Amino acid sequence: MLTKRIIPCLDVKDNRVVKGVHFLNLHDAGDPVELGARYSDEGADELVFLDITATIRFRKTIVELVEKVAENVFIPFTVGGGIQTVDQIDELLRSGAEKVSVNTAAVQNPQLLTEAAQRFGNQCIVLAIDARRSKERKGKWQVTIKAGSELTELDAVEWAVRAEKLGAGEILLTSMDADGTKAGYDNELNKAVSDAVNIPVIASGGAGKLEHLYDAIVEGGADAVLMASITHFGNYTITQMKQYLASRGIPVNL
Amino acid sequence: MLIVIDYNVGNVRSVCNAFRHIGCEAKLSCNPEDIESAAGLVLPGVAAFGYAVSALGSLAELIKKLALSGKPLLGICVGYQMLFDRSAEYGRHNGLGLVAGDVIPIPAEQTVPHMGWNLVKLPEDIDLFAHLPEEKHFYFAHSFYADVTDTDAKIAYTDYGFPLPASVQKGSIYGTQFHPEKSGKTGLKVLENFSKICQRKAT
Repeated sequence: MLTKRIIPCLDVKDNRVVKGVHFLNLHDAGDPVELGARYSDEGADELVFLDITATIRFRKTIVELVEKVAENVFIPFTVGGGIQTVDQIDELLRSGAEKVSVNTAAVQNPQLLTEAAQRFGNQCIVLAIDARRSKERKGKWQVTIKAGSELTELDAVEWAVRAEKLGAGEILLTSMDADGTKAGYDNELNKAVSDAVNIPVIASGGAGKLEHLYDAIVEGGADAVLMASITHFGNYTITQMKQYLASRGIPVNL
Repeated sequence: MLIVIDYNVGNVRSVCNAFRHIGCEAKLSCNPEDIESAAGLVLPGVAAFGYAVSALGSLAELIKKLALSGKPLLGICVGYQMLFDRSAEYGRHNGLGLVAGDVIPIPAEQTVPHMGWNLVKLPEDIDLFAHLPEEKHFYFAHSFYADVTDTDAKIAYTDYGFPLPASVQKGSIYGTQFHPEKSGKTGLKVLENFSKICQRKAT
């Protein structure tokens, strides 16, 4: 049986790892390569690196980062941030990334998911969704793009279902409402999406306590849990998270 | 010196990085002289089977000859699948035929691809797993698997709703369906064991 995955997320801005609240008020959390290698040594199952410097434009520095990470990290890692074309995906995969994550570009050009999946296999194409609870439509979530700065009319659950058909192999689902609050994941959102698709869902945004990880898996139906604040600032080690989940009967790679 | 066979398929850089990290000399090359003089060969592969076989081209015969003469060979993922007789991925394609078996789709009742960390039972008599516990997690990412029929092959299994062969050994021919270069410290240990096997053979 596959284990549930613990995935530290490294938001990278100007070559430093940063972490904010609701995508704002960024604090420095260290060097991306050092931090990535440390999490890999500590037993993280995967890593996600998101270049948040440019939300729309692809930057060459991300390729250099991937090359450096690949020399030091021996677990799978995903990279995202401003990716718009199949050629950019090719370059990142050849530089050592296992998967790439696309967000804004997939909303603007859904065909990108299909082209990328046909060329590289859907296992390496991650669709990132930044979702916000809708003010007008109760019990629904709207997709935001450009690092959460622009609200679209897309419904998050419908978009996830459509993206799976188009070629996404995994959904990285971030709740903008919960991001950085350490108050727990939005498990209604996680459940709504994980029930609607057959591909793995990574729950993201809001991890503050060990129970939150368990809740995202059990209540939210997530296949993996992503966290930033609680690992970067030393609240819990990866081992503590896994031991906790194992003690509550969740299969993990300890 | 180990040679990681460079045949222009996907992410071969990670395999070299992993060997370098454990202090083992490994060079990426497609030069037949390098391949002949290597202490051991690594056949990586992140691609569809048919594409990988055609990309390997004339190197296939050389690798086969050297493996049959006892030079240690480690196939990883699609490189592992190519050790077998044939594959049904996007048509029918012949493999190297070093280990008897067919590469077939994972049954549709399982989630495909099989992607993530799964527990592999490690038999004591497979040299790649020396000094490792009875079972360990490794990272998998594949949609086809090898149905091994070779009675001379030793097999390690993982459970994916059915016993899925995760690794084989036949003499000094080794293969892993999982990615040791992406399986953290345990994976690095497997690569280190392979490098030691090559050193022992070479001296």
